[in-house]
Amino acid sequence: MSREPIQPNMVERLGALALACVRYCGGMALLLGRASRLAFRGLFVPGVRFGRDALAAQIIRIGMRSLGIVVLVQVFIGVILALQMTPPLAPWGQEDKIANIIGVAGFRMLGPIITAIVMCGFAGASIAAELGTMVVSEEIEALEATALNPIRFLVVPRILATLVVTVLLSVVADVMIALGGYLAGLTLGPEVHVGYWQRMREQLEYRDFFTGLFQAGVFGLLIGLIACYEGLKVKGGAEGVGRATTMTVVYSIVAIIVAACLFTVVFYIYKV
Amino acid sequence: MSEVVQDNPNRESPVVRVIDLVKRFGTRAVLDGVDLDVLPGETMVVMGPSGCGKSTLLRHMIGSMWPDAGRVELFGRDLGEMGEAELDQARKRFGILFQSGALFNSMTVGENVALPLREHTNLDSDTIDIIVRIKLELVGLREALDRMPAEISGGMKKRAGLARAIALDPEILFYDEPSAGLDPVTSAEIDQLIMDLSHKLGVTSVVVTHEMDSAFRIADRMAMLDRGRILKMGSRQEFEEIRDDQAGRSPAGDIIRQFLRGESDGPITARRLSSGYAEDILGVGRGR
Repeated sequence: MSREPIQPNMVERLGALALACVRYCGGMALLLGRASRLAFRGLFVPGVRFGRDALAAQIIRIGMRSLGIVVLVQVFIGVILALQMTPPLAPWGQEDKIANIIGVAGFRMLGPIITAIVMCGFAGASIAAELGTMVVSEEIEALEATALNPIRFLVVPRILATLVVTVLLSVVADVMIALGGYLAGLTLGPEVHVGYWQRMREQLEYRDFFTGLFQAGVFGLLIGLIACYEGLKVKGGAEGVGRATTMTVVYSIVAIIVAACLFTVVFYIYKV
Repeated sequence: MSEVVQDNPNRESPVVRVIDLVKRFGTRAVLDGVDLDVLPGETMVVMGPSGCGKSTLLRHMIGSMWPDAGRVELFGRDLGEMGEAELDQARKRFGILFQSGALFNSMTVGENVALPLREHTNLDSDTIDIIVRIKLELVGLREALDRMPAEISGGMKKRAGLARAIALDPEILFYDEPSAGLDPVTSAEIDQLIMDLSHKLGVTSVVVTHEMDSAFRIADRMAMLDRGRILKMGSRQEFEEIRDDQAGRSPAGDIIRQFLRGESDGPITARRLSSGYAEDILGVGRGR
């Protein structure tokens, strides 16, 4: 071209970024709205088809795939926590408190959040890739043309499945972190492992467990939503599918950590 | 809305009507005032060079794209005025064969064909199974019932896609480039299927293609789309006459003739070469 293209200035770039953010969040909010309405109608209005089979299939697919890794990772997290807390606690003779700390940290946050991050890879990336491929191969259009709503047919079971699986795996994760801490304690000495389970039970309240599960549900929802949104808006063939997969993992992890921080602040302020 | 068609005394009123349809992508008008009628029972072939807006036009007719101006009527009702439920009802009355077949890759061929039946009817699974076998037999694919889409050839995928499109016994069938990427024999087989469905079942067909052999084989009427407009709509005979006629009678005729004959010399190529070539090379007249 004859002239240099005009470079956008700082303000324009910031504006474009802000617009893109608003558009992205707006698109996701719309998708969430439609999916919730369809899920609600499917679950509670008699006679409306819901696709329980599809939901069960997704739960099994995502859950079975993630279970082993979640167990493995969470045991290691427990071991790491126990080992790292020993040096600062030992001079004060407080190693026995390791059980209490692991209980709170694991049940409230680490169980759900690490499970969710594992799910980003297993569930999020695979959902985005699957839906993206379906867009590219005209399958989504074919669904619509067959009068099957892709949101009801594909998005609702996937979001619900990631939500349910993240919550269920978080329960497993809580136990595994505690178990990891106990296993590390066996090598650290009797101060840590004798009475470990007893102290953890005394420390933990129901709300530690349930706030963790609530957050796990939100994380699962975010993963499913971002994955479906990224997958459905794929453009431009295989390259687009690859991009959607990557962005799903990146955005999900960011969203999860931001949400976790918000929840922690809110729970702290309101002493939940 | 089904009453509208059934009560209509005039059987010749079009089942698909496109009226002054405009679609822009950015500032470029891909469809620039398209008018098209498809009569009940006929096979209408829409043809035109790559990028002329054929597929975009088809997507408007099936309600997967929405016009910037103008409207599309199916069975006498404006698609744009239909709510979601009514649109879904209309969608059950037509079927589409996509360019790639668009089979659901996670399901077997049989499950693909069964899906619309499972989702939209209350038939029991034995009945659905029988219907699926009949539809697959109709397209010559009964043996592929339990195969996955990844395991069958491109031509078989298209036939399976066709079996799925006719699962609910549609009144209209849309075909997007049905013979693209197929060998001549398979392509002729698909054409034969299109004609069979049209003649035996009385289905109205709308075919978008740029394969001329196939177009002349199956068409009752044809329409030539060029640069977002319908250049000519007429019977197959009219188009055959233009194809076999001498050049120079009319500019539109020359464009159609070059396309129908598949010649490398003519107004379409001349137009392509003269548009902005010098400016591009010299880098003038295009600055912002």
